[in-house]
Amino acid sequence: MTRLTELTLAQARDALKARTLTARELTQAYLDGIAALNPRINAYITVTAEKALAQADASDARLAAGQGGPLEGIPLGIKDLFCTEGTRTTAASRILGDFTPPYESTVSGNLKRDGAIFLGKLNLDEFAMGSSNATSAFGPVENPWSRANDPAKRLVPGGSSGGSAAAVAARLALGATATDTGGSIRQPAAFCGVAGIKPTYGRCSRFGVVAFASSLDQAGPIARDVTDCALMLNSMAGFDPKDSTSVDVAVPDFAAAVARGVKGLRIGIPREYRMDGMPAEIEALWQQGIAWLKAEGASIVDISLPHTKYALPTYYIVAPAEASSNLARYDGVRFGKREPGADLIDLYEKTRAAGFGAEVRRRIMIGTYVLSAGYYDAYYLKAQQVRALIKRDFDLAWEKCDAILTPATPSAAFGLDEKHDDPVAMYLNDVFTVTANLAGIPGMAVPAGLDANGLPLALQVLGKPFDEETVFAVSGAVERAAGFTAKPQVMA
Amino acid sequence: MSYTLEGKTGPWEIVVGLEVHAQVISNSKLFSGAATAFGAEPNSQVSFIDAGFPGMLPTINEVCIAQAVRTGLGLKAEINLWSRFDRKNYFYADLPQGYQISQFAHPIVGKGEIEVTLADGSTKMIGITRLHLEQDAGKSIHDQHPSKSFIDLNRSGVALMEIVSEPDMRSPEEAGAYLTKLRQILRYLGTCDGNMDEGSMRADVNVSVRKAGEEFRTRCEVKNVNSIRFVMQAVEAEALRQIEVWESGGTVDQETRLFDTARGITRSMRSKEDAHDYRYFPDPDLPPLVLEQSWVDAIKASLPELPDERRARYLALGLTPYDVHVLTLEKETAVFFETVAKGRDAKLAANWVTGDFFAALNRLKRDISDPPVTAEHLGELLDLVSDNTVSGSLAKQVFEAMIETGKAPGVIVEERGLKQVTDTGAIEKVIAEVMAANEGKVAEYRSGKDKLFGFFVGQTMKASGGKANPAMVNELLKKMLA
Amino acid sequence: MSVDTAAIRRIAKLARIHVEEEALPGLAAEFNGILQWIEQLQQVDTSGVEPMAGGGATALRWRQDEVTDGGQAEKVLANAPDREGEYFAVPKVVE
Ligand SMILES: [Mg+2]
Ligand SMILES: [Zn+2]
Repeated sequence: MTRLTELTLAQARDALKARTLTARELTQAYLDGIAALNPRINAYITVTAEKALAQADASDARLAAGQGGPLEGIPLGIKDLFCTEGTRTTAASRILGDFTPPYESTVSGNLKRDGAIFLGKLNLDEFAMGSSNATSAFGPVENPWSRANDPAKRLVPGGSSGGSAAAVAARLALGATATDTGGSIRQPAAFCGVAGIKPTYGRCSRFGVVAFASSLDQAGPIARDVTDCALMLNSMAGFDPKDSTSVDVAVPDFAAAVARGVKGLRIGIPREYRMDGMPAEIEALWQQGIAWLKAEGASIVDISLPHTKYALPTYYIVAPAEASSNLARYDGVRFGKREPGADLIDLYEKTRAAGFGAEVRRRIMIGTYVLSAGYYDAYYLKAQQVRALIKRDFDLAWEKCDAILTPATPSAAFGLDEKHDDPVAMYLNDVFTVTANLAGIPGMAVPAGLDANGLPLALQVLGKPFDEETVFAVSGAVERAAGFTAKPQVMA
Repeated sequence: MSYTLEGKTGPWEIVVGLEVHAQVISNSKLFSGAATAFGAEPNSQVSFIDAGFPGMLPTINEVCIAQAVRTGLGLKAEINLWSRFDRKNYFYADLPQGYQISQFAHPIVGKGEIEVTLADGSTKMIGITRLHLEQDAGKSIHDQHPSKSFIDLNRSGVALMEIVSEPDMRSPEEAGAYLTKLRQILRYLGTCDGNMDEGSMRADVNVSVRKAGEEFRTRCEVKNVNSIRFVMQAVEAEALRQIEVWESGGTVDQETRLFDTARGITRSMRSKEDAHDYRYFPDPDLPPLVLEQSWVDAIKASLPELPDERRARYLALGLTPYDVHVLTLEKETAVFFETVAKGRDAKLAANWVTGDFFAALNRLKRDISDPPVTAEHLGELLDLVSDNTVSGSLAKQVFEAMIETGKAPGVIVEERGLKQVTDTGAIEKVIAEVMAANEGKVAEYRSGKDKLFGFFVGQTMKASGGKANPAMVNELLKKMLA
Repeated sequence: MSVDTAAIRRIAKLARIHVEEEALPGLAAEFNGILQWIEQLQQVDTSGVEPMAGGGATALRWRQDEVTDGGQAEKVLANAPDREGEYFAVPKVVE
C-alpha cells in the first residue's frame, strides 16, 4: 500500500467512505509528518494536533454510521488569515499577539460543516503582503523543492500563501485554504508544484478572513491536483449574507467539470504577456501548453489585453490604499499586542511600529500617501480608472475566447536570500497573476513542467467571471497532458 | 430690521450653518445586528463588527435606509437613487475600525429645505444641503480613573443621519428656530426621537461673521452642542469672539472648537499641526446603495402629515394661530387634539386642550404621553357640553373629577347628579322660590333697577346647585320678573 | 512626484506608525523608487473612464432590522490588552 500521505484528496475520500482507512489514521499520518518536517519547512504557525484527532474521531463515528459530509475526515491546513473559533489567528503578524477569535470564518466553517479536519494554521507573508513568505513574523517558509545544481540553497515557497503551498507539496496537509489578493494562491502553488485556484471575486465569502485589500481579496484552495482543488472549492464557495460583496449564484459541481475536456473551446493567448526578458523556459512551457490544448481539440486565438503592463502599478496603489484603512483597526486597544505609550497617540504609534513588520509598514504608508489630500486623484482615482480599463480588456477578450492561457510566474522559485533589497523587483513576481484580481476573474495555476534545475513551473488558466467550470476543464486538460509527477526533495 | 452684533467698528452680520447628527430610530445598528437601546450596560450591545474585529464585514439595515429616505422626503429633498458609502479614516479610541463608514461623495439625500417661523410671526426658508447616513462612534469616558479613559462601544455603529444646512441662518434665533423645526419634523416622521439630553440629536455649529455686503469670511465649527439653548448661546459667543479677533487686527483660523457651557465661551479643540486628512475613499466592503423609484414612492405615500401641512389644516378649521402653534409643536399633542376633536367642534376642542388640559398637565407635571385624562374621555366631556347635559362651569368640575378618579365624564355626571336641568317647569319652580325669598329685590327690579337681573341669575343657579341651564334661566327669569 | 523626509514624517504620523528620525531618509528613497515606478500610470488616457471601486455584487443587499447580535460583553472584551470592568481602557485622553 502507498503511504497514506500520498493519497490525493479524492482517493482519501473514497478510502474513508469505503472504511479501508480511518480519519484517525490519516490525520495521525499527517501529524507525524508535521512533527518531523515542520521544524524545517515552517509551514505551520500553529499545529492543533489534539483538536484534529478529536475531529478525526468524530468523523470516524459519522463515517461508521454511513454519514458524513463531502470532505468527511479530510485533514486540511488553514491559512492563518482565516479566523478560527478558539484557535489563535495571527495573520503572521506580531500585532495580533495571541488573538483568539470567538468566531469562525465562513469559508473554514463551510469546510468544517462538510467534515474536514483542521491540522493547524499555516504560515504566510504578514497580512498576506508578500510574494516569498519572507515577511512572516513567524519566520520564512522553506520551499520543499530545491535546485538540482544547488541542493543546499533554500528556496522561497512564494507568497503570500507560502505555508499553504509548501504544506501541500511536502505532504503536511491534504489540501489547504489560501487567499489571493495579487497572485497569492497561484504564485506559491506554481513555486511548489501544486495546484491552486483563485475563484471569481464574490464566489467565496470574505467574512472572517483578515482583510488585506477588500476589493481584491479572494479565498481559494491549494491542493495536490486540479480535481482536489475542485472538491475543496465546492465546499468553500457559496453565497454568504454576512459579506455584502458575496454574489448569490449557485455553486456548480466543479469536480465534474475537470474531466470535461476542451474540444471546441477557444483559448485566448494574450500577446502582452510575452514580456521583455522573460526566460526562454517560461516561453517554451507556454508554447507547450498551447500545443497540448490544440491537440485536445481547442482552438487557439490571439488576443490583446493592452493595459496589462499597467496592472502591477495599479495594484500597488489600490492594494496598499485599502490595506492602510483595513489595518487601522490594529491599534492595541481591543485585541492584540499593545506597546505602552505616554498617551494614546504614542501608544498607537509605538504599537503599530513594533507590531507591523517592515513590508506591512511600507505598504500602509504608501496607501496612506496615495489617499491623502492632494494625491487622491493622481494616484488612487487614476488607478481605479486604469483598473476599469484592465477589466474592460478582459470583457472584450471574452467576445473572442472562452478561457485564457498564460504562464503563472515569470520564473521558478528563487532563493530565500534573493530579491529582498528592491521592493519593485519583488512585486514583479505577480506580473501574470495580478490582472485577475483587478478584474475579479477566476484564475488557476497548474503544475506543467520543470525548469533546467528541476524546479516546478506552472501555467495559468483565466476564465470569465463565475465560469470556474471552464477554468477547471482547461486546467484538467493541461494537467492530463503535462502528466506532472515530479516530487519535491523534502516530503513527509 | 435684520439681526447684527455691534462691534467697535460697527455692525456685524453673522452667518450660521448647522450640521445635525440625528440618531436613526431602528432596532439594530446600521451595519450590525446589535441593539441600539439607550442606557444599556457597557459593551453589552456590541457585535464584533462594531468592535472592528479582524475579518468582520458590514451589512446594511433596510430600516435605516428607509428612515433616511423618509426624512429626506419630509425635508422636501431630492432622493438619490444611487448613493455610496465611503470610509473616513482617522484614529480615535472610540472608533474601533480606524475609520467611520459615512457617505462623502454620494449622499442618499440631496438638496431640500425647511420653513421656520420666527417670534415676530415671519417665516424664512433654510436650505438643506444634504443628508447622509453614517455610523456613530463609541463613547469615551474620561472622568472615572486618574490615568485612564474608558471605552464603551454600545453606540459604535448606531445609524446617524447627518443633516447639513446651507449657511442661511443670520441670528441665534434663526438657528434655534431651525433646530426646533428640524426636530419637530424628525419626530413627526418617527425617524429620530430628537432627544438631545441622551445625545440622539447633536449639532455642529458653523459660524462666521461679516460686514454687510461682504462675501463669507472664515468659519469655525463648534462641535457637539447638545441643546437648542446652547446652540443659540454658542452662535452668539463664537460670533462675538470672531468679531473681537477681526477688530483687533487678527484673522480667524478655520478650526474646530468646543462650547464651554459653564463659562459660555467657545475654546479651541485641536491644535493645528494635528489637522485631519481623512483620506476618504469608497468602502470596498459595501457595493453601491441602489433604490427603486417605486420603493421611494411607496414611502412617500405612507408619509404622515407634516407640521406645515397640519398647521395649514388647523388654521383652515378656524383655530387661532396661537392654538395652532402649541397644538402642532409636538406630534403627540396634535394626535391627542385630533382624537378629542374627532367629529366635534374643533374650536371647542382646541379651547379645552390648550386651556384646562394644558393647565392640568403643567400643574401635575405630566407629559402628553402620560395624560391625566384620556383624549377619548375629554371628547366625551365635550359631547356633554354640546348637548347641554352639563353647563360650561359644571364641565370644569367634571374635568377635575375625571383627573381624580379616571372615570368617564358620563359616569361622573351620573354618580354625582351633575346633569344640567333643562326642564322648564323645574327651573320655573326654582325661580319662584328665589322670587319669594327676595320680594323686596323683585320690587326694586320691577321699579327699574335692571342691574339686579344678574343677582337673580346667580341666586337661581345657586339654588339649582349649578345644574340649571343658564340660557333657560335667563329666558325664564326675564319672563317671570316682567 | 517625489517625497522628502518631512513628507514621510507626515505620512507616518497620519498612519500612526512611529518612525525613528534616522530611518526617514531611507524610507523616502524607497518611497520615491516605488512612486517613480507607479508614475507610469500617468501615461494612460483615462478621460471619461468611470473608476472601478470594487468587484462582486453590484448593489447592496439589505438586512432586516432585527437584533441578532450583541449581549456578549465578555467575548468582546476577552482579547483586550487592558480593561476596567466592562470597559476597554486606554491612557487618559484629554480633549
Ligand atoms: Mg461634521
Ligand atoms: Zn457626521
